[in-house]
Amino acid sequence: MGDLPLALLAELTHRCPLRCPYCSNPTELTRAAGELSTAEWARVFQEAAALGCLQVHLSGGEPTSRRDIVEIVAAARAAGLYTNLITAGVLLDASLMARLVEAGLDHVQLSVQDAEEAGAERIGGLKGAQAKKRAAAALVTAAGLPLTLNAVVHRQNLHNLPRLIEIALEWGAGRLEVAHVQYYGWALANRAALLPTRAQLDEATRIVEAARAAHRGRLVIDYVVPDYHAARPKACMGGWGRRFLGVSPAGNILPCHAAESIAGMQFPNVREASLAAAWGESAAFNAFRGTGWMPKPCQGCEHAERDWGGCRCQAFALTGDAAATDPACALSPHHGMLAEALAEAGESTFRYRDFSGAAG
Amino acid sequence: MSAIRFAPGVRLQEDKARGRWVIMAPELMFIPDEIALEVLRLVDGVRDEAAIVAALVEKFAAPEDVIGADVAVMLDDLVAKGALRRG
Repeated sequence: MGDLPLALLAELTHRCPLRCPYCSNPTELTRAAGELSTAEWARVFQEAAALGCLQVHLSGGEPTSRRDIVEIVAAARAAGLYTNLITAGVLLDASLMARLVEAGLDHVQLSVQDAEEAGAERIGGLKGAQAKKRAAAALVTAAGLPLTLNAVVHRQNLHNLPRLIEIALEWGAGRLEVAHVQYYGWALANRAALLPTRAQLDEATRIVEAARAAHRGRLVIDYVVPDYHAARPKACMGGWGRRFLGVSPAGNILPCHAAESIAGMQFPNVREASLAAAWGESAAFNAFRGTGWMPKPCQGCEHAERDWGGCRCQAFALTGDAAATDPACALSPHHGMLAEALAEAGESTFRYRDFSGAAG
Repeated sequence: MSAIRFAPGVRLQEDKARGRWVIMAPELMFIPDEIALEVLRLVDGVRDEAAIVAALVEKFAAPEDVIGADVAVMLDDLVAKGALRRG
């Protein structure tokens, strides 16, 4: 076995009080009855740590929708993992915060959908969410935990980016993630409403760079750019099966949280396979490892081991072939599809996520 | 002098799979060298800089001025990186 995974993304549930139209969950959501148990997650954490994972991201859906979230945090810490909670914050109260701290939680990432209350609540689809998020940030900082604010940005909230940065400072965050929407699943269904213009992207990049300089030592800003305006694809997940391991609410073991969007791929499940076997030996993890699987123009390309051919989920979503070169690459024969999508963008209505296509 | 402690969300963690120790921080990881690791193992939120130096002088039977200078540089670096705090 070559590389070992550094991080585990544990998607504890698909349940969530918010309905964001760019949610990274699959369009076919898993219902509560299909979720792994507390004991199963505890075993997954032990296996992940033994395999080389140093940290776990507890995500969802909304991870605090699970009644056993405190036990799950304790199990992650007992396995020796650095434990990060990725939350919308709307279910967090003082009692739960105290119990999470007691269980050993290390870090909290809190999502914010927009700087303006009306915009945030329209995008997230939940009234009253913004005030609860502000209160959640105060609970996290009062508990002495480090706080990161996660802001997903797109056509309909980029005009408020300067205010989002101010909110990160006001709410006591030490880090801010400004992440442009990536287009699979729900976000792909809402692409025409979410894709930013080139001018919006350039302005956002300028604002982030200025804010980094202005707030150095006080606020770290991580910036994830959208690849629809790019000439080179992103090295998705740092390469398929190289660093990242995800487990879905139903226990599927994934090389990328969006991998289930690739129709026809079969993934090992923690109820039948160990993480080590899935990582080392499964067909799914080996399908796009290294460079042997690559078609032209990736095969032999000088960028092949830098961007690993880009994103498999995006290649599948746009071309129907998961092994194709990511259309985000200017060398892809399908690169023109991105310009076409940009030309068609400008919708204002969303298709909110829901369980209408759910399994389990 | 004030006690040396890890910053919120920062801790020293064993990476058993790779046979090393790492400093884990929010979305950040440092790999300390052997000397930094000896210092970090003494960071308990109670010891101040002088107490850390004293413990290392005893452990390595080395001159206090040499160890003291090394520890001061190392602590300043880790404070600047946000991993440690004084007081």
